[in-house]
Amino acid sequence: MRKALERYRAHILVFLAVLGPGFITAMVDNDSGGIYTYSAAGAKYGYLPLWTLLPITVVLIITQEMCSRMGAVTGKGLSDLIREEFGLRITFFLMALLVLVNLTNVMTEFAGVASSLELFHISKYISVPLAAIGVWFLVVKGNYTGVEKVFLFASVIYVTYIISGFLVRPDWKSAAINSVRPILMLDSGYIYMLIGMVGTTIAPWMQFYLQSAVVEKGITVKDYAASRLEVTVGCIMTNVIAFFIIVACAGAIWRVAPKDIKDAADAAVGLKPFGEYAFLLFSAGLLNASVFAASILPLSTAYSVCEGLGFEAGVNRRMREAPVFYALYTLLIVVGAGVVLIPNFPLVKMILLSQVLNGVLLPLILIFMVLLINKRDLMGEWVNPRWFNWAAWATVVIMIGLTLALAGMSLRQGPG
Amino acid sequence: MLELSAAVAFSMADKHLFFTELLSMPVLDLKGRRIGRVKDAALVPREHAARIDRFLVGGPETWLTLRFDQIRTIGLDRGIELSDEQLLPYHDDEYMMRIGRDLLDQQIIDVTGRKVVRVTDVTMSLQNDGQRDILMVLEVDIGVRSMFRRLFQGVLPRRAIRRLQRRIPPNSIRWDFANVVEPDPLRRLRLNISYDKLEDMHPADLADIVEDLAPAEREAIFDSIDSESAADALSEVEDPKMQASILEALEPEKAADIVEEMSPDEAADILSELEDKTSEEILEEMDSEPKVDVQELLEFEDDTAGGLMNTEYVVLHDNATLADAMAALKGNEELLESLNTLFLIDEEEHLTAAIPLARLFLAGSTSRLKDLAAETLIQVTVDEKQDRVSEYFDKYNLLTLPVVDDEGKLAGVITADDIISILRQK
Repeated sequence: MRKALERYRAHILVFLAVLGPGFITAMVDNDSGGIYTYSAAGAKYGYLPLWTLLPITVVLIITQEMCSRMGAVTGKGLSDLIREEFGLRITFFLMALLVLVNLTNVMTEFAGVASSLELFHISKYISVPLAAIGVWFLVVKGNYTGVEKVFLFASVIYVTYIISGFLVRPDWKSAAINSVRPILMLDSGYIYMLIGMVGTTIAPWMQFYLQSAVVEKGITVKDYAASRLEVTVGCIMTNVIAFFIIVACAGAIWRVAPKDIKDAADAAVGLKPFGEYAFLLFSAGLLNASVFAASILPLSTAYSVCEGLGFEAGVNRRMREAPVFYALYTLLIVVGAGVVLIPNFPLVKMILLSQVLNGVLLPLILIFMVLLINKRDLMGEWVNPRWFNWAAWATVVIMIGLTLALAGMSLRQGPG
Repeated sequence: MLELSAAVAFSMADKHLFFTELLSMPVLDLKGRRIGRVKDAALVPREHAARIDRFLVGGPETWLTLRFDQIRTIGLDRGIELSDEQLLPYHDDEYMMRIGRDLLDQQIIDVTGRKVVRVTDVTMSLQNDGQRDILMVLEVDIGVRSMFRRLFQGVLPRRAIRRLQRRIPPNSIRWDFANVVEPDPLRRLRLNISYDKLEDMHPADLADIVEDLAPAEREAIFDSIDSESAADALSEVEDPKMQASILEALEPEKAADIVEEMSPDEAADILSELEDKTSEEILEEMDSEPKVDVQELLEFEDDTAGGLMNTEYVVLHDNATLADAMAALKGNEELLESLNTLFLIDEEEHLTAAIPLARLFLAGSTSRLKDLAAETLIQVTVDEKQDRVSEYFDKYNLLTLPVVDDEGKLAGVITADDIISILRQK
């Protein structure tokens, strides 16, 4: 009995030692764009879209597991591996796309900061510059372990969505039923929304960030079992949060009158009749998610680009030692935050553009990932088993289909 | 390696060719007909450290191997003209270091710049030895200029790229100072790769380099450099987890050799990070003297004075004289670099005094050491908490702090650099 208890304690310790990369990546997945997509789904279609969360979780776990496995086995980042195995030209092309996509993503995050704080009557001309400066300093002046702790804490704040989900007293029974009963309707808005939910779940930058974070944390094949568990738990948690966002909006907005909302802050306002707390928690969650993603995206981009192209990178290096790294990092924040402050800037168009670019980049990256993970000289015995390859390729094909469809529909008709 | 000056002496003109330009260059037979295009080029380091020995040519059906002595001329515009057109089919020769496959886009160590860099292109010098044109690897290129050249190769004419790139400052490493990293020991032998140059580096720089590499490459370096340099570098690696995983990956004998070279307290710290089975295996391989020291230290908890202390100190009897002290120092020369205090013990081995080394200079040769002792003897017991220990260092401005066991016998010494490491880790 004592032996078993000790073994159990050892397991927990190993788990805590690898805690970080998978959890953080999965959480940042629920950034301001993700929160908007889930809120819109709940506000317009109530509990109906909940069934998608189960397959989304599976797809998310499959892709994230591959990245963390590659990181643990090779000790190299994804852009390093792409460069070493596929050469400079492909890497350069992918990195250029990645910078563009992530730049537009950073814009949406700062827009999220602006709109969540405008709910509290704080002007965006104050909130956005402050957030930008804060984000810049957090990473430039911090070290990896310190920053990771801040990020883990930010992950915990997502619990506000669970609480606000409870506060609106939704219809738990139909939520439960709809979670496992797929319903398809030939309604173009509904299909667009479903695709959007899958599309926002797996972003190109996540693959780079997760793999680098696994490497940076020094996770090796030895603690890989714990790391895989961490990734899996993270992916499940992400979708639990998504579940509560949808449920909250279904219970608060859809039940009163189904409607289209124009941004995530709009959803927070919809929660107001159910008490000040529900509103406060929802908007605090949005602020947290936006700042969180705004700190990770520029950092992850600068890392991936510098690693892939062979420039010195890392917050442990001084600015003089890694000029490209710091320049890129700063540029992403300054431009990303700056455009939000330009009056009449076509932000919605930028968000659409980011979805389209996302649709172009993600399939490429997923293909490279599956190719890389099947290289025996790289992965040794850790290549994909045959059944996993089937699942991985199926995931790739589904994701390509969905993101291309999303990109196509975004181009044709604008956001749903 | 061929001396550069000698090479210049018999070259007609000092000309360069970049590897990206060589790629897809046409290879022409004796009648000027195209056999195929260059797909890769290889050194055979056991033959020559810098000469391009083989060219791999993509023929109509299969790749062919072209030896350097079958070539007559190499020209940027014409391509490669042969003097002997009997080419053998290519087979993967283990003694070949292929530039395109093994060097381009891979990480290498820049020994003079003391960092890990990624290769974008390779600059070769084009020389004529009177019979044929020969390519010698001169530099590996990193940075923006080589990136530009590579991105536009095949898109713009070669001459245009050469003209345009002049505006970008070059960034290259001389081939003699570039160290290829190869995890496979057998291949390392065949390709004549050694890490001798890394042994002369400052251990802290070497540690920074290995921290930048992937685990397999890290282990390759620790496996092949001498144990002393390995021990120095390993103690400079900042992350205890990384230190542990490096040792774990090595053969127990090699790991034991490295641990023996480390100071006992650092050795104990690293071994305590390992799994019990691995650290026992390593201890088993160690010589008995360092082993006993390390084993004693392993008994203590990490965050106590016992866990911090090391057992490398100089101790003398209570009534020793200055001459005795000098003799003792001569017998412990390997400690001198970091030694700053001597300790005195009585018959029962109880610690009685600490003597700052500098005071010896002012003393007469017959004076008794006891009279030179610091006014108050500050000491801690082995189970004192780490926080309290650093507090003592701050409060009394210490450089060394003796640690005694329950009976007051001297057990070890904590030095200021141990405290600095603790404070940095916080």
